[in-house]
Amino acid sequence: MAAGGGIDPIHQFEIKPILGLRPFGLDLSFTNASLFMVVAVAVISAIMIYGSSQRATVPGRLQSLAEMLYEFVASTITGVMGRDGMRFFPFVFSLFMFVLTANLLGMVPGSFTVTSQVVVTAAFALLVMSIVLVYGVMKHGSHFFGLFVPSGVHPLMLIILVPIEVVSFVSRPISLSLRLFGNMLAGHIALKVFGGFVVALTGAGVYATLAPLPLFLAVALTALEFLVAALQAYIFAILTCVYLNDALHPGH
Amino acid sequence: MQVRASRAQRIGVVSAAASVMAVSADTAFAKGAFPPFDPTFFASQIFWLAISFGALYWLMSRVALPRVGEVLAERSTTIARDLDQATEIHAKVEAVAKDHEQALAESRRNAQAIAQEARTASARETDAKRHATEAELGAKLAAAEKTIADRKTAAMKHVETIAAGAAAEIVGKLTGQSPTDAETAAAVKSVLSA
Repeated sequence: MAAGGGIDPIHQFEIKPILGLRPFGLDLSFTNASLFMVVAVAVISAIMIYGSSQRATVPGRLQSLAEMLYEFVASTITGVMGRDGMRFFPFVFSLFMFVLTANLLGMVPGSFTVTSQVVVTAAFALLVMSIVLVYGVMKHGSHFFGLFVPSGVHPLMLIILVPIEVVSFVSRPISLSLRLFGNMLAGHIALKVFGGFVVALTGAGVYATLAPLPLFLAVALTALEFLVAALQAYIFAILTCVYLNDALHPGH
Repeated sequence: MQVRASRAQRIGVVSAAASVMAVSADTAFAKGAFPPFDPTFFASQIFWLAISFGALYWLMSRVALPRVGEVLAERSTTIARDLDQATEIHAKVEAVAKDHEQALAESRRNAQAIAQEARTASARETDAKRHATEAELGAKLAAAEKTIADRKTAAMKHVETIAAGAAAEIVGKLTGQSPTDAETAAAVKSVLSA
């Protein structure tokens, strides 16, 4: 695959172990994916912890960025869940920042996109749904399951509606994880395919004159991918808020 | 691979695209699975995700977010305090300005009163002086007039006696007879008054 490595759109999603770790027969190797998870945490910490270390009343650039991110997530949470949603603030903030940073780090050429792995997005989605279930049951007890019973509906209709509500609830983690995974995967494949076109066309004699077309598309797609990277992180965060809101206020 | 690449050069655009797809398909099948669905590293990914996200959550919830929240709260209280101070100072300044204006108006009124008083005082003084001078001058005038009248009557008496003497002499020389004093005096009187 040495020759085709440059134009293979799937190659970028391959996981390569950097440091082998096999305790109890489980492969827990530190891989390129793990490396970029750690890099993402380091970048976020640099912005949020180093940025706020001055505690300046008149903030510098990095502190402004940290404050902007803080207030953005805080306003998203209070917008969806109200004031009492702020108890989930550290979780939603960490989730949003992790997904956003992982998405944006994936845009660096040669890097690894953590969020293009379905197991990562599925883990996040399941984490969100577990928090919704655990917190909802802890806070409201059996009352939480009123979430599946729409109010003001004829009891006979509930025979149909309750299963629909249950299915929609169960499908939430699936759609939540697949949306992010699909967007990141497809975007990076598209970028690589158009980049591959440019390479293939430049080696195709007279057709090399057509090479700027996919190049232009690749540039446009790069811009689009930056938008998608930020937008999907925001969508992930706001849907998390919406689902957590069900745990906070289960009444319809 | 090499064969495909050289064919792509010959056939052109379409096969160039096709070769990219074919290469990717080759790789996917060669490795046995599409990398994101390859379960080999699922455990590793979940393990390291748990560690890194756990660390991130801990750092954010314990260090970063409370600190940023504190800074934001501090700033809003600082701004509120400064605004309060500013309104307080503004009110003070307005009070001072009002006092100042009041003082200014009062002193203006005082100044006007003083000026008015001075004006009337000086007018009164001037009037008094003028009256005094006028009275003095009137008295002098009256005295002068009286002197003139006295002198005039005295002079007129002398004129009558001189004229009577002269007339009696003239009559004596012309006629040789001397008229009496009474006759000449009457004649002079009738001539002078005519």
